[in-house]
Amino acid sequence: MGYDPANPMVDRITDIGPPHFEQFFPPVIKNNYGKWLYHEITQPGVLMHKSETGDECWTVRIGAARLVSIEYIREICEIADKHCEGSVRWTTRNNVEFMVDAKDKVKPLMDDLASRSNKFPVGGTGAGMTSIVHTQGWVHCHTPATDASGVVKAVMDELFDYFTSHTMPAQVRVALACCLNMCGAVHASDVAILGIHRKPPMVDHDAIAGLCELPLAIASCPLGAVSPTKATNSKGVEVKSVKVKNERCMFCGNCYTMCPAMPLSDPDGDGIAILVGGKVSNRISYPKFSKLVIPFLPNTPPRWPETVAAVKNIIDTYAKDARKYERIGDWAERIGWEKFFEKTGIPFTIHCIDDYRLAYDTWRTTTQFKFTSHIK
Amino acid sequence: MAKRDTPLLDELEKGPWPSFVTDLKRQAEKKPECWDILGQLELSYHDRITHWKHGGIVGVFGYGGGIVGRYSDLPKEFPGVAHFHTIRVNQPSSKFYNTAKLRALCDLWEKHGSGMTNFHGSTGDLILLGTTTDHLEPLFYELTHELHQDLGGSGSNLRSPACCIGKARCEWSCFDTQAACHGLTMHYQDELHRPAFPYKFKFKFSGCPNDCVAALARSDFAVIGTWKDDIRIDQAAVQSYIKGEFPSNGGAHSGRDWGPFDIQKEVIGLCPTECMWMEGDELKIDTSECTRCMHCINVMPRALRPGVETGATVNVGAKAPILEGAQFATLTIPFIKVDPESEFEELIEQIEKIWDWWMEIGKNRERVGETIQRVGLPTFMKIMELEPIPQMVREPRSNPYIFWQEDEVPGGFERDVREFRKKHAQ
Ligand code: SF4
Ligand code: SF4
Ligand code: SF4
Ligand code: SF4
Repeated sequence: MGYDPANPMVDRITDIGPPHFEQFFPPVIKNNYGKWLYHEITQPGVLMHKSETGDECWTVRIGAARLVSIEYIREICEIADKHCEGSVRWTTRNNVEFMVDAKDKVKPLMDDLASRSNKFPVGGTGAGMTSIVHTQGWVHCHTPATDASGVVKAVMDELFDYFTSHTMPAQVRVALACCLNMCGAVHASDVAILGIHRKPPMVDHDAIAGLCELPLAIASCPLGAVSPTKATNSKGVEVKSVKVKNERCMFCGNCYTMCPAMPLSDPDGDGIAILVGGKVSNRISYPKFSKLVIPFLPNTPPRWPETVAAVKNIIDTYAKDARKYERIGDWAERIGWEKFFEKTGIPFTIHCIDDYRLAYDTWRTTTQFKFTSHIK
Repeated sequence: MAKRDTPLLDELEKGPWPSFVTDLKRQAEKKPECWDILGQLELSYHDRITHWKHGGIVGVFGYGGGIVGRYSDLPKEFPGVAHFHTIRVNQPSSKFYNTAKLRALCDLWEKHGSGMTNFHGSTGDLILLGTTTDHLEPLFYELTHELHQDLGGSGSNLRSPACCIGKARCEWSCFDTQAACHGLTMHYQDELHRPAFPYKFKFKFSGCPNDCVAALARSDFAVIGTWKDDIRIDQAAVQSYIKGEFPSNGGAHSGRDWGPFDIQKEVIGLCPTECMWMEGDELKIDTSECTRCMHCINVMPRALRPGVETGATVNVGAKAPILEGAQFATLTIPFIKVDPESEFEELIEQIEKIWDWWMEIGKNRERVGETIQRVGLPTFMKIMELEPIPQMVREPRSNPYIFWQEDEVPGGFERDVREFRKKHAQ
């Protein structure tokens, strides 16, 4: 039995899909499915859901790195077996949730979590910060313009108090994507940390013939910056290749995605842009895209002090200035983006003005504005 | 594989947030290839650039997705990660597990891979990070035979659908997000495993307009719970909020003194449609004006609940910026029943209309939202056999460039210029 390499197709099982969710429910979830009445966050990181049956589900939420080992998961299992009848879940934002069916089971669980050094910080609820959703970075991807796990760790260390408290005007969702592909879809986050390239792709004339379909490489560029050319490879042989019109390039990296012979990463070219004010919830105002306020910060591993300081400054300024229930984007729109730049002290640069498609949508076409220090 | 010195990464072992570096080192004790992950990452921290090659194509027989090839660009220096492929395992709806399942997954990954994972990837899959090509088939065999689990999607296909926690633990879920997510995932196993689309396609299911899985921002087909009838009001509980007996927003603001709760300022005054008012001690809502933004319900969860005539709104075409700019999903079907009894046939009908059309006219690497942009929303509505309604737009167009169809104009487009000239000299 077992896999037989000589007969890989023998009793092969395919297309069975994921296991049905219900088998993993703890009894309190199974018994009260669809019967929940209301919830309350009794302290940061602890939620109580009340059912119409009278049952209560107490959830303890902990922050986690997204990059975790099986040793860590086994430790989660140990905790879940001890306190939660062997059930546990992960949230969309990489938090872990331990659920128990009575209030008096919360404290032993929390004590246990607290006894395990800093591995299981409780928080991530309410008007605070929760885990930063992020992508792979230098740990596992080929196109990143920055690391992911390291930047996130450095930012979360600095903003840790916002994770374990409810002191902000509303929830703040921070996300990181290490290139413009945005695996993490950071484009609708209160604060988005985005890896960007700033040097056009190089063309490896030695490798291109074997690696790429030239028409696909040419078609990949949304701005038509890639065109066919004849080039001489390092053996002095003339080959069919492509060239890049540097002045047309917006450094999106799509050509590299399609053609591995067009790398664009660079230690000095690459870094981080900060976008703010996005959200996905439909609450009060429509969902919004995040807007670019800091075009570039350098990659400064291991702790990215510039990025950490920039995110902290934005969140601190917002926390001080915004009204209750106001998300960062709602706040910036109410006070006006000119005030946002003034209050945060972030320099407004020409790179904050859109010049891509539909750019006009973001230009101001009214005489209404505020006299801030920007007007000399 | 020898232990590596990681002076830069060691800096990330400090501080209150859990450290992935500490975790990697712990795993390295059992799985020495983790020293090469650390070593190569340390070098990236030094060089400020990635050391992974452009991904290669690897997979298991019969599937076109689920595994992403990954190779080190310094295989001699870091042999433990020379081949380091990623495996996407389709997660159960809303990511509940029991420890037996988790331990089985850990054992499988201890046997066949690096021991490092992402719990979970951005789309929702459980990601196993780092194995070699020769482990792929045995791992897949054991995954399906012993764990009864399957791979998720990658490439130009249906990606693993994802949902919010829904009715399992949320009082606001207007449909069964988990059942819908699971049901459609099972229904579309072929589309998930064998790429045949112009580009990726994502379903996401949120139980209410709070949209906890960011369906509106991230999915090609976003199903978001909503309701048609009155918000259910418990007037006694409203009074308890007014008297300060219940915390606002379920206690979300407990860390700061925002002053006494003021229903006028915090609820009625922030309602975007101004459809709420107090009549004596009674809170009133004009349902016909309410846009179901969830604000009042979020603020007073013990007093207000969504109505009982529930279903979902379908928005189509969200995506991140690559290539034509970011898009949110556009409102397509204002209200649809999402019914496990009918095996979600209402949703399936809509999905397949989109796919049939998009598979025919979508360009390579064009998300459906971009195809809709290219052909225009009116054309898309015709494909979907939808009547135009004002709910589909924020405002009517402000240019007069209408693509009139020939049959809309009396006499059609064909005319005789000679006849015209008889009355109008050149
Ligand atoms: S965002 Fe870009 S660099 Fe980061 S994991 Fe995704 S594709 Fe790779
Ligand atoms: S990086 Fe983007 S804009 Fe620049 S050449 Fe490549 S595809 Fe074109
Ligand atoms: S989207 Fe709505 S129903 Fe789903 S978990 Fe969030 S608040 Fe609850
Ligand atoms: S759901 Fe929103 S629009 Fe409707 S009554 Fe409440 S606050 Fe007003």
